[in-house]
Amino acid sequence: MATTTTTAPGQPTTLVGKAALEVDDRLIVAGPVRRTLNKVFPDHWSFLLGEIALYAFVVLLLSGTYLTFFYDATMTEVTYQGSYAAMRGIEMSAAFESSLDISFDVRGGLLIRQMHHWAALLFVAAICVHLLRIFFTGAFRRPRETNWFIGVALLVLAMLEGFAGYTLPDDLLSGTGLRIFSAVFLSIPVIGTWVYFTVFGGDFPGELIIGRLYILHVLIIPAILLALIALHLLILVKQKHTQFPGAGRTEHNVVGNRLFPTFAGKATALFFIVFGLCAALGGLVQINPFWLFGPYNPAQVSAGSQPDWYIGFVDGGSRIFPPWEIVLWGYHIPPVLWGALGIPGVMFTLLALYPIIERKLTGDTASHHLLQRPRDVPVRTSLGMMAITAYVVLWISGGNDVIAEKFDISLNAMTWFGRIGFLVLPPIAYWITYRICLGLERHDREVLEHGIETGVIRRLPSGEFIEVHQPLGPVDEHGHGQLAYGGASVPKKMNQVGGARRAIKGFFSPIEEPAEVQRQAELEARGLESEQASRELTGSGRPSEGGRPSEGGRPQQEPRD
Amino acid sequence: MSTTNASSEAPLEGGRRGLRRRRPAAGTPAAAARDRRRSKQRRRLANIAGLLAALVLTGVGYSALAPGASAADDATGNPSNAVEAGRELYTRSCITCHGSNLQGVQDRGPSLIGVGEAAVYFQVHTGRMPLVRQEAQAPERPPVFSEEEIDQLMAYIQENGGGPTLPSGDLRDGDLAEGGELFRLNCAQCHNFTGMGGALSSGKRAPSLMEADDLTIYAAMLSGPENMPVFGDNQLTPDEKRSIITYVQTIKAAADPGGAGIGRVGPVAEGLVMWTVGVGALLFGIFWMGTKAP
Repeated sequence: MATTTTTAPGQPTTLVGKAALEVDDRLIVAGPVRRTLNKVFPDHWSFLLGEIALYAFVVLLLSGTYLTFFYDATMTEVTYQGSYAAMRGIEMSAAFESSLDISFDVRGGLLIRQMHHWAALLFVAAICVHLLRIFFTGAFRRPRETNWFIGVALLVLAMLEGFAGYTLPDDLLSGTGLRIFSAVFLSIPVIGTWVYFTVFGGDFPGELIIGRLYILHVLIIPAILLALIALHLLILVKQKHTQFPGAGRTEHNVVGNRLFPTFAGKATALFFIVFGLCAALGGLVQINPFWLFGPYNPAQVSAGSQPDWYIGFVDGGSRIFPPWEIVLWGYHIPPVLWGALGIPGVMFTLLALYPIIERKLTGDTASHHLLQRPRDVPVRTSLGMMAITAYVVLWISGGNDVIAEKFDISLNAMTWFGRIGFLVLPPIAYWITYRICLGLERHDREVLEHGIETGVIRRLPSGEFIEVHQPLGPVDEHGHGQLAYGGASVPKKMNQVGGARRAIKGFFSPIEEPAEVQRQAELEARGLESEQASRELTGSGRPSEGGRPSEGGRPQQEPRD
Repeated sequence: MSTTNASSEAPLEGGRRGLRRRRPAAGTPAAAARDRRRSKQRRRLANIAGLLAALVLTGVGYSALAPGASAADDATGNPSNAVEAGRELYTRSCITCHGSNLQGVQDRGPSLIGVGEAAVYFQVHTGRMPLVRQEAQAPERPPVFSEEEIDQLMAYIQENGGGPTLPSGDLRDGDLAEGGELFRLNCAQCHNFTGMGGALSSGKRAPSLMEADDLTIYAAMLSGPENMPVFGDNQLTPDEKRSIITYVQTIKAAADPGGAGIGRVGPVAEGLVMWTVGVGALLFGIFWMGTKAP
């Protein structure tokens, strides 16, 4: 017995192998690790969007930890005596003073702070782009609704986290934002005042809010974010990835690269790209220069005070909402409630419930692992574009004073653009998107039926000119393709089916399979006629015009090209 | 008393008093005509004669005045000379909207009585005046008048109604940090905390301070042009004004320690950079890494 185990073929001989065996003997992890390392990731670019958000979060954790070493989250009044001359002798909160110190006196402080802020903008932006990919491809459908809810929760939490962080320097810009936030609390009917005093612990701004936001920003929200991200990924691993439909892709498999080594290499590279971008922006582009804004003072306010981009739509909603004061049962409902809480509330509720809404509308309760292309679900795609249009109008309205000033437009005109645009543009976007979806889908069907346009014009014996089409598969007696519409990508150019006789490398367009093109070229070089014949182009396919049904509609001669 | 005596004395004492004295001098023949009320015919003749006499006297008075003015040409900075030249410029370029007596014209231009040379300096030096057309607000343009002509206009307006005058000396000798505090308290509401300017209602705006020189900022505070309130010396003392100018000009000239300033307009520009440069670069990166065909 003992001799057979020592001579087993799997016995490690290298030092690493022996060490791994020692670990496995104790923890028994070889099985799960092998399964994990063999997990297959689809390699389409759009599957990397969520990862950008993940890596931005990692950058945020790293840079944020450094900032906590120097930041002082108290609102004690101090007199600045640091190295920034334009503030020397000014009274400010300790929070603002420590922010100035981070920017001007801490080694690397300004770079890290700017990296942190840029990474925060990127984090929310990447979440949004990722969300759009999930939405437009139907990846949220059963069984993935749970992960959709978690994703929406992550987005809302990321926005709150960002807002809390934006407020921490306690500068004039963020203090104005906090003042608006306090007004939003106060605008809630019945409980508004109580909510406000609970949050601020006294009159505005009090001495507590920065400390409370700090704990929210560095502990509570990041902890929830981290837990939800972990859950998000665990569910992803358990449910496996979705994938776009295509050759060899079914509801029961995932086509792509294994986690190790290909995907791990790509993921590491992407992490460094994200980190590099944040570092480059942090070092080269100034963000939130609060030393120009000054310490917060409730008596002061500046023109052009804006929140960071992800809160911009809330600001925009407040700016364009008409000044309607509503009194219900003796309770006064100020217009700020509709703009600042009503619009985002409706937006996020609809967003979170969309999988359920769609399931109810379509009656589709089946499990789906193959994605849909946006053109194949025109109603959903158009609804999405409609929502994006409304969001962008709110977003533009959030910065309408800056746009008005820079482009010499009347601010009143910008406000009315926002009001009218919010109502009129989304339906227009719906209609345009719907038509584009139908047009793209019809073109796919047309190519499946009639083949790819080759650009080769032939003159028939009758004098008629026709363009030669390359069918994608076998054709019937009328020359029509037999391939069914499957919601997969359809090649539209001869190059995509090897027509160029060499591999086409593209950045934005698909890369051909170089191996297949190479093989074809070698066969042609050896003069194998059978291979040659299978690549011939066809005519109109009509039997009366030279195409014989028995030959699958192929003309006898090879067309000149 | 003889009328010629009065008119010959007037130019020696200076333009304004001379003008006042000429009026009773011109009236003297009319008083004499009162005695000769015999018939309408004679009265008419007398009136014409009186008018003629008045015209002659005015002419004589003016000719007596004019050589005095031209003689003062050598001595530069003579106020009366500058006022006169300013009046010329005013009559040519400003009178249509501000009226023949600086009283203003309904729906065209405000009265200039009491605005002082500070207002003239701000409006004309920044090219806002003369106005090209009536619109929400006069835009800043290259000045139409030369420095000398602006001085002459300033002298003319100052002479007729007085008002705030321009300061002299170094305007950047104030306290930097105090200036910042005053700027945020008094100016940032409209001009933005970085001085980038901001939008006001109906196409009006608080202009950017990036191009403004010291004297322009000072004159603006003194005169309160367009929608800007007046910050008189009892609201912001001259020292406080100098502090604000010190802060604005120091901040403007200061380099951006964080890198490209992207207009110093704050989150709107930052969001734009994130969505174009940031997300754009990353989309490029994942296009590069991933496959393109679905």
